Amino acid sequence: MIGIEHYVVVSSILFVLGVLGIFLNRKNVIIILMAIELILLSVNLNLVAFSAFLHDLVGQVFAMFVLTVAAGEAAIGLAILVIYFRGRGTIAVDDVNRMKG
Amino acid sequence: MIQAFAFYLFAGMMLFSGAVTILARNPVHSVLWLILAFFNAAGLMVLAGAEFIAMLLVIVYVGAVAVLFLFVVMMLDIDFAELRAGFIKNFPLGMLLAAVLFVELFVGIVVRSAGSLQLSHASGTAAPAAGLTNTQAIGALLYSKYLFLFEAAGIILLVAMIGAIVLTHRQRGGVRGQNVSKQVARRPEEATINVQPEVGKGVSL
Repeated sequence: MIGIEHYVVVSSILFVLGVLGIFLNRKNVIIILMAIELILLSVNLNLVAFSAFLHDLVGQVFAMFVLTVAAGEAAIGLAILVIYFRGRGTIAVDDVNRMKG
Repeated sequence: MIQAFAFYLFAGMMLFSGAVTILARNPVHSVLWLILAFFNAAGLMVLAGAEFIAMLLVIVYVGAVAVLFLFVVMMLDIDFAELRAGFIKNFPLGMLLAAVLFVELFVGIVVRSAGSLQLSHASGTAAPAAGLTNTQAIGALLYSKYLFLFEAAGIILLVAMIGAIVLTHRQRGGVRGQNVSKQVARRPEEATINVQPEVGKGVSL
């Protein structure tokens, strides 16, 4: 019998994988963006699972909003990546210090 | 029983492809594994009875975001020779993968029609009305109670679109475009001059 615990376990493992991806690929900003997508996916999975568990549709509505923000974030992030590549000719982001922040 | 099997299949595939996404050396392979992870997550959501979000995930992530990633990876990364090699050779494999993904989603839907997972029967504040499908219930909720949030989501997408265009737009120098208003505003008086040259002197231009 599959319960809410299974969904929570799976989504938490996926979340950990996403976080691990950010740490393992610190140079490659494309992989970092993909890891962020994985994290948002795990959050969405959690929201949907709890929505089904509680018979409450608000979780699915909220998952849709998370999806919207994730799509916008990917678009903006990749646009920033493109102009960064245009300016420096590389996408290695571990030495981004142009603004001296 | 078959629900449990489908759950473990989807969950295992999703976690495996998520792991390969962050471990693959080639970013193109990473994007493809990410697509597989999204498909399996959609299967998990179908299994939980959320068809609408599952299909939205497939359309938005696989159809838009993952393709955007692929575009950027292929535009920026250097390894073009490897990308171009063996398109014909890889075509059967691509078709096989597409078939596998389709069958997977199909299995999820079939299993769902055989009876969804009975997770619980607690009734929340926005419990779906009886007799409505998942998509109908979400639509009824989204266009009534959450209408302004829905509009705000649209504004977020609009801002993201404009932001991406503004960020990546490049003014090209040395392009001579047509200036329609300048052409229309041009009058014969300022376009032509009438001179009376003296004999044998010629005209200075």
